[in-house]
Amino acid sequence: MSATSVKDLIEKPELDEDSALTKAKHFVGDYGLGILFIGVLVFLSIASPHFLNSENIWNVLRQASIVGVIALGMTFVMITAGIDLSVGSIVGVTGILVAKAAPDGTSAVIVPIIVGIGVGALIGFINSAMIVWGKILPFLATLAMLALARSAALVISGGTVVSGLSEPFQKIGSGYVGPVPAPVVIFFGAAVLTDFVLSRTKFGYHVYAVGGNEESAQKVGISVGKTLFGVYVLTGVLAAVSGIVLTARLNGGVPLSGTGYELQAIAAVVIGGTSLFGGIGSIRGTVLGVLLIGFVLNGMDLLNVSSYYQQGVQGLILVLAVLLNRWRSD
Amino acid sequence: MSTPLVALTDIKKKFGAVTALRGVTVDVMPGETFALLGDNAAGKSTLMKVLTGVHQPDHGTIEWEGEKVTFPTPAISRTRGIEMIYQDFALADNLDVRTNVFLGREPKKNLLGIPGLRIVDTKHMERETRRVLDSLDIEINPRLKVRRLSGGQRQSVAIGRALAFDAKLIIMDEPTASLSVAKVDKLIEVTQRLKELGIAVIIITHRLDEAFAVADRLAVMRQGEVVGRFEVNEVSEHQVANLISHGTMGDAVLGHHPGERRSIGSTLSADQPGSPQKPMGANEE
Repeated sequence: MSATSVKDLIEKPELDEDSALTKAKHFVGDYGLGILFIGVLVFLSIASPHFLNSENIWNVLRQASIVGVIALGMTFVMITAGIDLSVGSIVGVTGILVAKAAPDGTSAVIVPIIVGIGVGALIGFINSAMIVWGKILPFLATLAMLALARSAALVISGGTVVSGLSEPFQKIGSGYVGPVPAPVVIFFGAAVLTDFVLSRTKFGYHVYAVGGNEESAQKVGISVGKTLFGVYVLTGVLAAVSGIVLTARLNGGVPLSGTGYELQAIAAVVIGGTSLFGGIGSIRGTVLGVLLIGFVLNGMDLLNVSSYYQQGVQGLILVLAVLLNRWRSD
Repeated sequence: MSTPLVALTDIKKKFGAVTALRGVTVDVMPGETFALLGDNAAGKSTLMKVLTGVHQPDHGTIEWEGEKVTFPTPAISRTRGIEMIYQDFALADNLDVRTNVFLGREPKKNLLGIPGLRIVDTKHMERETRRVLDSLDIEINPRLKVRRLSGGQRQSVAIGRALAFDAKLIIMDEPTASLSVAKVDKLIEVTQRLKELGIAVIIITHRLDEAFAVADRLAVMRQGEVVGRFEVNEVSEHQVANLISHGTMGDAVLGHHPGERRSIGSTLSADQPGSPQKPMGANEE
């Protein structure tokens, strides 16, 4: 063995002293959203006497849960640098099919759930087949599915509401676990599960790798195709869960339900710090983004701000979040 | 007479109407340093992508340690001990150092001893990454995002990744091209060290000085074919340069060149274009 080893040959790393600006960026990146969230809560508690009412809080969480579940899946998709515009239509079509599988007067629960999740998985599979095998850009593939699935919802339902659901099925939307509304339990349960998958499992690591550098991921032997299939199927399933919960809560399948949810979910995910360019993001951030939007909209209601302003405020939060994310990742 | 570590025989590969490889035969012995020379688009990288399982050959065979194999994916070639250090290092900027070292081969453990609930073993990744980087005397925090590393640090992560899994063959794609300090003598020492470890190295390069400095043998590729295979000490840089750019050693030209180390023997004429290729193995040594 010679005295020289590889170690003498590789350029020695320079010490990387963090500047104050870099530290500030890391701080904003790690805690910015949380601080903003707490700030909003404190402000609303002071500004409105009704805000901290437990009924109000549960209401906000229950409303946020519907889009929240979708946003969890959207987080995976966006970390791979993709997008899924079909989620709102998946809510619509699963709602119709689930409602048909849970007719009033029966005790159907399991079958409609299986039907709903199966439909979501199938649509997710078709999305990924278009993207991976058909090499169609995610934006276009899922835009087509947005139209197809909505059309399917209208055709199957004949354009009318499928109303009257089985008692036990309605509980998914209107029931409670202790003091907690069932949709909130489902949302947080799904959040814990997806957070685990994304941050602890091999699949989660590959999602980040594919989004960070697809070519590198492929070179080291990660199956990019399999990863994308997993991601879009998961997103389809979560959109279907949202459709199941919404249908149960509305006590009926509404063919146009879920319209526009894709944009709300994308907004929540971006506000939660996920990069549109892929590779960066977290479930925790998304949950905060979902809750932040929920509480801001609720606060505007409580403070008697005209609902005409609500979309505009969401738009402003979105732009600010994007600017902030870019500043900290520069 | 030993078995080659890897023998590629009559490899052909087309991409649509473009023929990238026209029947390439190359073998590499255990522990040897082999240079694959040629211009851009000569087929060097395609050949190595066939070897690592990124591309599937249309025709031809791969033998690994004497056994006929196929590498349908890069993951499978890596399990056999073939590592590639890509020109761009193939790192994911958004992930930390330890994750990059184990990218695609994440170690798993059971969560809370529950069978079936498998999570990535980050402690193992961190420990092993430290061990490999320590053995290179590199101080990089394994939790640092690769985005924040310099070019040299990135290369050491890529080398660390190649060494972390008992590689038998390391392929280096244009190793000095993306280095901040592109010194050939550095490369010499790296490859010597790998040779001491018994690891065979294939260097893909278009730089003659690099090839002549480190390689035991070299092959020249041109337009998807191997146009010459030599022991390094039996040809001159000038002859190889002619072969790369003109596809011929050009005896007349060589005759006037004072810098050549040795005249071309008649044995080499068999390797000239148009002549049948025969694999150069241990039998010629």
